[in-house]
Amino acid sequence: MRESIGHPWMGNSLPALKQQMLAEIGAGSIDALFEQIPADHRLRQPLDLPLGIKSESALRRHLTDMLARNESADTNLTFLGAGCWPHHVPAVVDEIVGRTEFLTPVWGSAQSDFGRNQAWFEYASQLGELLNMEVVGLPVYSWGCAIGHALRMAARLTGRREIVIADMFDPERLSVVENYCEPTDMPNHIKIRRVKGDPKSGLIDIDDLKGKVSSKTAAVYFESPSYLGLFETNAAEIGRIARQHGAETIVGVDPLTLGIVRPPADFGADIVVGPTQPLGVHMNCGGGVGGFMASRDEERYVREYNGFLVSITETQRPGQFGFGLASAHQTSYGMRENGKDWTGNSVYLWAIANAVYMSLLGPQGFREIGELIVTQSHYAARRLAEIPGIAIRYPGGFFKEFVVDFSGTGKSVAVINKKLRKRRIFGGKDLTPEGMKQCALYCVTEVHSTEDIERLASVIEQAVKP
Amino acid sequence: MSDNQATHLRQYHAPVWDEPVVMQLGYPGRRGQVFPQPARAAVEKVGTASCLIPKGLARTNAPALPEMSEPEVQRHYLHLCQETLGMLNISLFGTCTMKYNARVSEAIAQRPFVTDVHPLQPDDSMQGILQAIHEFDLGLRALSGMDQFIFQAGGGADAAYTNCVVTRAYHKSRGELKRRNEIITSIQAHPCNAATAAAAGFKVVTLNLEEDGYPSIEALKAAISERTAALFINNPDDMGIYNPDIKEWVRLVHEAGGLCFYDHANFNGVMGKIRARELGFDACMFMLHKTFGAPKGGGGPAVGAYGCSAELAPFLPKPVVVKDDKGYRLDYGRKKSAGKIREFFGNVPQVLKAYAWLLVMGRDGIDEASDISVLANNYMDHKLAKIRGLTRSNPQVTKHRLEMTRWSLGTLKTDTGCGTVEVSNRMADYGVDPWWMSHEPWIVPEPFTPEAGEMYSKEDLDYWMAVVARISEEAYATPELVKSAPHNQVIAQIKSDALNDPAKWAVTWRAYLRKHGDGSKSGSKPHAAE
Repeated sequence: MRESIGHPWMGNSLPALKQQMLAEIGAGSIDALFEQIPADHRLRQPLDLPLGIKSESALRRHLTDMLARNESADTNLTFLGAGCWPHHVPAVVDEIVGRTEFLTPVWGSAQSDFGRNQAWFEYASQLGELLNMEVVGLPVYSWGCAIGHALRMAARLTGRREIVIADMFDPERLSVVENYCEPTDMPNHIKIRRVKGDPKSGLIDIDDLKGKVSSKTAAVYFESPSYLGLFETNAAEIGRIARQHGAETIVGVDPLTLGIVRPPADFGADIVVGPTQPLGVHMNCGGGVGGFMASRDEERYVREYNGFLVSITETQRPGQFGFGLASAHQTSYGMRENGKDWTGNSVYLWAIANAVYMSLLGPQGFREIGELIVTQSHYAARRLAEIPGIAIRYPGGFFKEFVVDFSGTGKSVAVINKKLRKRRIFGGKDLTPEGMKQCALYCVTEVHSTEDIERLASVIEQAVKP
Repeated sequence: MSDNQATHLRQYHAPVWDEPVVMQLGYPGRRGQVFPQPARAAVEKVGTASCLIPKGLARTNAPALPEMSEPEVQRHYLHLCQETLGMLNISLFGTCTMKYNARVSEAIAQRPFVTDVHPLQPDDSMQGILQAIHEFDLGLRALSGMDQFIFQAGGGADAAYTNCVVTRAYHKSRGELKRRNEIITSIQAHPCNAATAAAAGFKVVTLNLEEDGYPSIEALKAAISERTAALFINNPDDMGIYNPDIKEWVRLVHEAGGLCFYDHANFNGVMGKIRARELGFDACMFMLHKTFGAPKGGGGPAVGAYGCSAELAPFLPKPVVVKDDKGYRLDYGRKKSAGKIREFFGNVPQVLKAYAWLLVMGRDGIDEASDISVLANNYMDHKLAKIRGLTRSNPQVTKHRLEMTRWSLGTLKTDTGCGTVEVSNRMADYGVDPWWMSHEPWIVPEPFTPEAGEMYSKEDLDYWMAVVARISEEAYATPELVKSAPHNQVIAQIKSDALNDPAKWAVTWRAYLRKHGDGSKSGSKPHAAE
């Protein structure tokens, strides 16, 4: 009975078609086609899985019932950031990345998948304008992965095996970076040296940096805004110290800041990395993350990229342009273990989301969103600081994230967040496990209205009352 | 080929929009998004944005982005969509298992209960998605015999890398990492196996293939030593050939103290037929964007689902989704964990789509899908063999191949000068997605590797083969027609000489303007905006 039901996703699930194909092959049964697999390798019992439900309506019901148990930034007010941030995603972005032409293919060719390649080139071109850099690779898996590849790039370029990064570092990204730097047992292990933060400003302690950068340093890496949200005001000085010792300067940056602040290249950065999720990608439970890599257009950098670089080029037809991969042989596809790190599927669909997003915003949009975020976040910080017992650890010079210190309230962040939760608010990330007792990292963006901030403040006021 | 006469080849032409690069579009002052002005209350309290940006950091030159209205942006990118063939017709892109990517799964994954969830939310606020992940994990355990899966890896190569970090952590825990610094793999394994091993600090030992299509057991024995950290292997490989000695391989590597990792890139032909754990493997990887029906996105977001034995599970990157009497939670408290290989816990929407696929297929559908994949490949084997200029790899292997077969156009190339690149370009003129050739290195000359899968109908496969047959005829009759293809595509063949020349390559518009002028002077440049 079941055999006679054509499966909606399998064109050849009809017995008649199977028979026709078997007849062409001259085989007696489908099972005979598996003759290569020794009998003692074959599964003896049926799979421990239910029968297929086949029906689209039944599937939809099953999954939506299950997922309706989630809360989200749609049902709750959220102040969580730390590597994945609540931002507005324009509807046109969703339309374009939902198109089957972009959503489903695997690779194609320069000619047949021209449109997608152009969109990729436009991702790099627009990000290049924001960053003031001429080389932007297709994105890698995440910001942490971009840092990892950039650090390894610097190690190859300099032949050195030490890097210097800030003490206060997102533990998510740090764990990724540590894996890229390999354990001490490996011959190419890269040693990570940590620079102290200035307790007052939260920025990199320049004196400590001077003592840690040496002729062994492959790269100095820092972020602006940093993990705790702060703009690094000594970027030029940090780059100068790195250059003095022949080290590369690698900087992480939130691209949404670049309508209002100067890009790292203006302060001497050699390689710039950062997150792509803020550029029009939903949080997706963390599945929206991606990382960009950019540099000057110098051969020594270009020849070290692990991923793809999409270049504009001519075609055989005069007056026509197309796109191909620049310096492609160096990847692991071409050179296996001798390639630059490795590459594979990444987050290339999100590169198209990023391209559409940047086109929609343009220079005015980037300025406006930057101004809005920086104003709203400072307003939120100032408003929370009015609550007795609450202090802002670094009260100025941040972008969208800031550290709220609850220790003066006598209440723990865990308890306060639980109370917020009851009022459908996700409080900031608890920094207590990271050594900042009863502090939380709050994130305020363009999606938060003044009313949202007031609601947060009034619930916290209640929550911290003795 | 008689069937060719019966199959009508479409009079296809790709849409040509002659679409400018976005950097050439727009008009000063135009815009596609407007954000609210900061509230008056906020400005009164903290001042304007310019007072909040530290001294010296403020941007003075606006970025030279296009200035476009919302419909202009939408139209531009829709034109680029249309100038992308993708898999709109028949794409037999071997090794990547082209599947139907169900729209219902997209519709569900695009709802706020997925898109607007933050990964650091409390566990009890994301029970739905954690349940889906856990139940899918159980499904993969059923298919593999492994004890725990994670989804942190952003693709198949990233899962191979995951395996490297788990291998490191395992040997380190036994104090053997310094000594065990070699990974054994085969020349036919995907390049990412060798590349991630090297990037993780291992030496790579590569086995070559023998006449039967897989490396000999003697070669493996010679490669194994007390330095062996692990074996990374796929089976069947891209030739559609199954290594019948694989159990003995695993035994030998284990005997020497190494781990065995099964790269299940080619799972489609054996799903429901074998289980990695029962063959002795310690860990395996599934590509959810291939075998499990999640979309490929033209290169991700993808998922390499990585599963392993209970013995290796403590070393997995964290967090792991677990179920206890309180419900589902993300377990971060794993002391032996190898840390993280990517932030958070994976491309969750893709995991959800794969879970949907598993539910719709079920044990009956999965078994039938592997049946159909192998049946369809063998059907194609029989028909392709009749086309002039094509030969099958490893002709001495007479047993039926599994879900794909590597073919060679070496004869066609010698006879006509048309090889796999030329034929693939010509395929696109008939509305067929250019095929996959082979990973590096090419073991057979002028390779191509069709994989039928279970989605495409017999009529689709017949059409695809009729196109190959037609192009073979064209190659023998009018080789220039094939060599200069495509003719019905968005653009003509690209010139690749600039792509490896630092003076000419341009991976951003600003680099293009610097190296090639403003684009308005020559007919061979992108046209300037009016």
